[in-house]
Amino acid sequence: MSTQALPRLHPIHDSATMLRRNLKRMLRYPSMTITLIAMPVVFLLLFVYILGGTLGAGLPGGGGRAAYANYVAPAIILMTVMSTVQGTAISVAMDMTEGIIARFRTMHIARVSVLTGHVLGSVLQAIFAVTVVTGVALLVGFRPTANPLEWLATAGFLVAVAFAFVWLCVALGLASKTVEGASNAPLPLILLPFLGSGFVPTDSMPTAIRWFAEYQPFTPIIETVRGLLMGTPINNSAWIALTWCAAIALTGYLWAKRLFNRES
Amino acid sequence: MITVTGLRKSFGDQVVLDGLDLNVPGGTVFALLGANGAGKTTTVKILSTLLSADAGDVRVAGHDVAREPDAVRAAIGVTGQFSAVDKLLTGAENLRLMADLHQLSKAEGRKRTGRLLEQFDLTDAAKKPASTYSGGMQRRLDLAMTLVGSPQVIFLDEPTTGLDPRGRRDMWQIVRDLVADGVTILLTTQYLDEADELADRIAVLGQGRVIAEGTAEELKRRIPGGHVRLRFADPERLDAALSVLGDASRDTDALALRVPSDGSLHALKTLIDRLDAQAIVVDELSVHTPDLDDVFLALTDQKVATR
Repeated sequence: MSTQALPRLHPIHDSATMLRRNLKRMLRYPSMTITLIAMPVVFLLLFVYILGGTLGAGLPGGGGRAAYANYVAPAIILMTVMSTVQGTAISVAMDMTEGIIARFRTMHIARVSVLTGHVLGSVLQAIFAVTVVTGVALLVGFRPTANPLEWLATAGFLVAVAFAFVWLCVALGLASKTVEGASNAPLPLILLPFLGSGFVPTDSMPTAIRWFAEYQPFTPIIETVRGLLMGTPINNSAWIALTWCAAIALTGYLWAKRLFNRES
Repeated sequence: MITVTGLRKSFGDQVVLDGLDLNVPGGTVFALLGANGAGKTTTVKILSTLLSADAGDVRVAGHDVAREPDAVRAAIGVTGQFSAVDKLLTGAENLRLMADLHQLSKAEGRKRTGRLLEQFDLTDAAKKPASTYSGGMQRRLDLAMTLVGSPQVIFLDEPTTGLDPRGRRDMWQIVRDLVADGVTILLTTQYLDEADELADRIAVLGQGRVIAEGTAEELKRRIPGGHVRLRFADPERLDAALSVLGDASRDTDALALRVPSDGSLHALKTLIDRLDAQAIVVDELSVHTPDLDDVFLALTDQKVATR
């Protein structure tokens, strides 16, 4: 029996240390962040300049390219968040192949900090990516009606969404056996906005898909962002969206923690 | 400092450790010697809390690894076979990462980082990413990171595998310096000469248990494979020597005899006396101690025979 007191764990200090590590890694490997931002920008340009004229004409009330830019921008902003979290899955999977993770496991540190470092880093990365993509959207004709308070609410809401999906993707990254697998696993997150109200109103879809579209998490998330930025009705979308986020964050956190603590 | 009793571990139906016993006193270097797949890395993983054992009692620095893994982690440092450095960070950043995780103050962290960089001859490369380091440099950085937390017990899993001869010698010197500081080291290796150079005691691992334990000299003497090679100037002397010694094999082309011997001083003296008595002139005498292959094959064969 040892009476010697065990050094206390410092989860917050350790998380800050791991966050610094992840931010440094992102700066040393900028092509990853650039790729993550390029994807939604390409989609934005494609949807506004190539498809926007026709799709805009089909919106309730019509309006053409300018109206469609306003309609699609919230979906593209959300796509930016999903693109970032896909990067999280990849960088977590890559990290797990590095010997330093085994070292962390043999150290007397708050274990979860390895994961929280990734989560916080990715949320900051998402904030950066969303800022860049929103800037591009403004340049190509996105004209939000939001007041400063609504902008702030949008930012807060998107951070909550990013936080939830980052935890899910940390788990997906840990669950993947290879880095390739990790880059494919979150692909549904990129596609789901298409099967919702992201790119066209759900009214225009066949019944079965419309039913799916109305009940999947991305529709209330997009409706909330659109409502905050464009002044369209939000109704109860915000609460449904936040409930989804809480559930996804909790699932992702518990799953990731379990996966990280399993023996390799 | 480390006691292991009846340690067992299987992966599926493959038994890796089958009742391993070890006892490593504090302040000593203990080598686990074994071929690939003998269970060396599995043992280190269990002792360093990365894997749980199926059965057996493992205590490290006074704590049970299964019940008090955190207390064990607080006392140990591990440098594995696969480089445990962050390749995107610089050498100095890797060390400061460790200092931060050990809750050292900024000033203390900087001081210790600087000292370790100097001690491990990495000062010039401190600001370069670890991905640009040579194998030897990465291994040195790896060990330096292990030392940031001043561990009482250090596990070195094949510390020199893949290093060039220069890198190996550097690593050996570093380990010797560590022992002088009083830490306990358990190292695994597949090289007998490495165990010989560094370890106070050696355990040979085979079929998941310790099949022999002792100092390097004890082990080498216990097993066949060692011999004395005698070279002669002409075939007549070779024949004369063979008739005197009897138990020897001849290599006519090289004009040499291979006489089985444990290489001890006593055995050599007897051999020389017998040749001297017949006034047989030997051109050259060399003692060959067994290498790991000899040790390993002999010991595993013995074990099969006694089963």
